[in-house]
Amino acid sequence: MPDAPAPPPDQTIKDPRKKIAAQFIAMIPHAGALSMSLTDVGDGEAVITMPYDARLVGDPETGVIHGGAVSALMDTCCGAAVMLHPAAGMGTATIDLRIDYMRPATPGQKITARATCYHVTRSVAFVRAVALDDDTDRPVACATGAFTVERSGK
Amino acid sequence: MSVPPKRARPEPVQVVKQRRDAMLQSLVQGVPYIQFLGIQFERHGDELTAVLPYADKLIGNPMIPALHGGVTAAFLEVAAIIELSWTGIWEDMEAGAEPVPRRLPKTIDFNVDYLRSGLPRDAYARARVNRSGRRYASVHVEAWQDNRSRLFAQATGHFLMPLRGEKGE
Repeated sequence: MPDAPAPPPDQTIKDPRKKIAAQFIAMIPHAGALSMSLTDVGDGEAVITMPYDARLVGDPETGVIHGGAVSALMDTCCGAAVMLHPAAGMGTATIDLRIDYMRPATPGQKITARATCYHVTRSVAFVRAVALDDDTDRPVACATGAFTVERSGK
Repeated sequence: MSVPPKRARPEPVQVVKQRRDAMLQSLVQGVPYIQFLGIQFERHGDELTAVLPYADKLIGNPMIPALHGGVTAAFLEVAAIIELSWTGIWEDMEAGAEPVPRRLPKTIDFNVDYLRSGLPRDAYARARVNRSGRRYASVHVEAWQDNRSRLFAQATGHFLMPLRGEKGE
């Protein structure tokens, strides 16, 4: 992307971005309802955790969290990764999101989502994410999505 | 002159409705996450409509404001799972057999298209089971708000069906 402005040096961009991103997540009512918190950021990368909560159970016999709550976590994390990409703006919306559920999350454990915005065009950001519980070698779910890019210049 | 064959008297309508509504409630009430989001189901015959009454905690973008994309995905997934279970037990229920308690189908994958932003209003969804085999099922879901023909999201998901009589892992 030759006409994209050169990104400012890492030191000056990273911390304010993390602060703004964390504040942004904190302002999302539904992220608050699920007690999500942003724990790590990078360029086009975000890590968000969601604690185990009995209200989010989808299978009362096993106590396993409902896939929908995992979707909400993945969607939030993917959106944050887009906002943290140097070439994208601070606003984004989901165009599509596909989630593969590999195994039930272990009841009682928090779920951590890691999202990477791996490609950005003028109008679309491509993201993939993984959701993990304490057994980090065996992912709970994977997601891929496309998000809108809203340029700050507009 | 042949005697017309004896037919069983149709059940009183209230008995039929009560049986169906009780079965639907038993599917929905036991799932904490469905209660957390506040999702309800309306039934006309065998047709189900999932209803997501608006609540502030469902907002994802407070500026617009718009429903959280994850809420939309969860709403569609719940609608798909309940429809799939419902169509699975319908015949047993109508035949008067006490349906065997079965576990809910498990989501294998779920693919959501966001067509327009979800407004801060009630949302509705209907699911259609496109294929339901012994082990795998494919379900399509559509969600709208004010106008049935203006969808704000749609999704396709694949599900693993519980084996008959499967109760635990």
